[in-house]
Amino acid sequence: MDTHAAHSTVSTGPRQADQIPADLLAKIDEAVTHYPVSKRSASLPLLHLWQNHFGFVDESGVDWIAKRLDLEPINILELVTFYPWFRQQKAGRISVRVCRTLSCALAGGYEVRDAFCKAAGIDPKAPMHGHVPPVSTDGKFSVEFVECLASCGSAPVALVNDDLHEDITPEGTGKILGQYN
Amino acid sequence: MKSLLLPPHAMERRIVFKNAWTEGYTPDIDCYIKNGGYAELKKALGMKPEEIIEEVKKANLRGRGGAGFPCGVKWGFIRRDDGKPHYIACNGDESEPGTFKDRYILHNDPHQLIEGMAIAAYALNVNLAYIYIRCEFPKAAGIVAKAIEEAKAKGFLGKNICGSGFDVEMYVHQGAGAYICGEETSLLESLEGKRPYPRIKPPYFPAVLGLYMSPTIVNNVETFCHVKQIFAIGSDEYAKMGTPGDGGTRVMCVSGDVVRPGPYEIPAGGVTLGELINDVCGGMKPGRKLKAIIPGGSSSKILRAGEVFKMKTKGPDGEMIDKEVPLLDLVMDAASLAAAGTMIGSGGVIVMDDSRDMLWALNNLNEFYAHESCGQCTPCREGVLWIDKMTTRMVNGEGTEQDPKTLKNVADNIAGRTVCAFGEAASWPVQSFLQKFPEEFEVSGK
Repeated sequence: MDTHAAHSTVSTGPRQADQIPADLLAKIDEAVTHYPVSKRSASLPLLHLWQNHFGFVDESGVDWIAKRLDLEPINILELVTFYPWFRQQKAGRISVRVCRTLSCALAGGYEVRDAFCKAAGIDPKAPMHGHVPPVSTDGKFSVEFVECLASCGSAPVALVNDDLHEDITPEGTGKILGQYN
Repeated sequence: MKSLLLPPHAMERRIVFKNAWTEGYTPDIDCYIKNGGYAELKKALGMKPEEIIEEVKKANLRGRGGAGFPCGVKWGFIRRDDGKPHYIACNGDESEPGTFKDRYILHNDPHQLIEGMAIAAYALNVNLAYIYIRCEFPKAAGIVAKAIEEAKAKGFLGKNICGSGFDVEMYVHQGAGAYICGEETSLLESLEGKRPYPRIKPPYFPAVLGLYMSPTIVNNVETFCHVKQIFAIGSDEYAKMGTPGDGGTRVMCVSGDVVRPGPYEIPAGGVTLGELINDVCGGMKPGRKLKAIIPGGSSSKILRAGEVFKMKTKGPDGEMIDKEVPLLDLVMDAASLAAAGTMIGSGGVIVMDDSRDMLWALNNLNEFYAHESCGQCTPCREGVLWIDKMTTRMVNGEGTEQDPKTLKNVADNIAGRTVCAFGEAASWPVQSFLQKFPEEFEVSGK
């Protein structure tokens, strides 16, 4: 249970449900077919598709997904607040998730986190572990700790968007961020 | 992962990792078939389902996810002809700190997993199977989904596979960052689209009341790969590689303060802790001495350098004799580690040297469990948060004299009082760190 979860959905800007592109709709329709026994099983896949497209899930998204799967909005909201991966607010365009757990910590994971923050222009003292990660002022980066990324043999590691970076040194963090625009 | 790029160590025997890091090996189906892929599925489809289950039993394959339950016995719980739909859920939620093996299979050799699952599906009369992959492996999800499409196009999945008249559909299901989903009933709840609160056993044993309340087999990624390998090698030969009751090879994932951390595939019981650390992994980092070993994932009880275990072993004449076994002579198999009061678990070995502070290390793990408790059971939801708060204040020099005693008391009152084994998983580190390194937890003058 993520104790830092925000329990109400914060919406700023236009409703996401009013801007669903055709290709997202097609992907959603396809995902639902993977669960012939129960549509409810498509909750997580739909939330992933939604977040991958919009960057986070707003209140309209919760309502839309619930309706698509013949569920109540609470059935979807309780997933968004439970699972650490889902966001209710915009994070950085480039999402840096540094592994916090023991093997990475032994190899300097905390120093790597601080160095990523510095390279991204984020205060390393900001809360690092929750649904609302700190974002750089230009909106480009968010840096947060996550629990074990299952790559302990090449610690310390971080997930930057979909890419795993291994054997990271604090000095190397700037170069890693430089690969992303 | 650098260690996989090296030629295998003399003690290694790469079976499930055979191709994963071979130069030029790619995760596509053409490469897999070129290397003999799907031959075992064809072989299995010519057998009777009960013969397949018998082979897996004879191979003495134990689950590689952590609990180590005999795979064939688990499969034997399913009644093929009970008229109910059956399901398979592959557990690819690899999240136990210290464990990093399934990721290489999922990324580099997905068809090996799919073939193992297809064999299992045929044996268990399963027409619908899911591969639950943690979302922190985003690329793996894409690679496995593509592999499923390829297998379907070639007739190894879908309708009437290989002309056998048997149908099986397979899909990838991504998690969303919660460790608890590695617990098999939690995984099923997550697959049903719910908050993943573990189910209570009994009655909710997955083989009886699993996915959609139907009989379901949940096995780890590595376990399904071993199923394929049993049919490639033969169950007798496979069983012989390991120890009685623990057949085949096992991927030992070593991390922490050793020269060459990495995943090493070694016959079960084929290496001692000392050989694993000093020989296979090149020993401790220069100038450092061994202090502590967490032998089977972060939940397993910690062992202290210099410990000697009293255990019963078979003497030269076959009779059971009492023997003293030093820590580094402990054989890495399920029975030996259980006799030493800990477990082989998921095979995640975390090694710490003499520069490490055990209070700091425990606090790191406590923060993990505090973050990951699902919150369903009060002792765990409240207890792990307090344990984390206590070790955090101790690390910050604000502990009190009673803290070690209170820590133990809280841990003792979580273990055994929760729906799932997370309660034990979170308590065992606390109990064992305090027991093995009491001097590092003493707080004086407050």
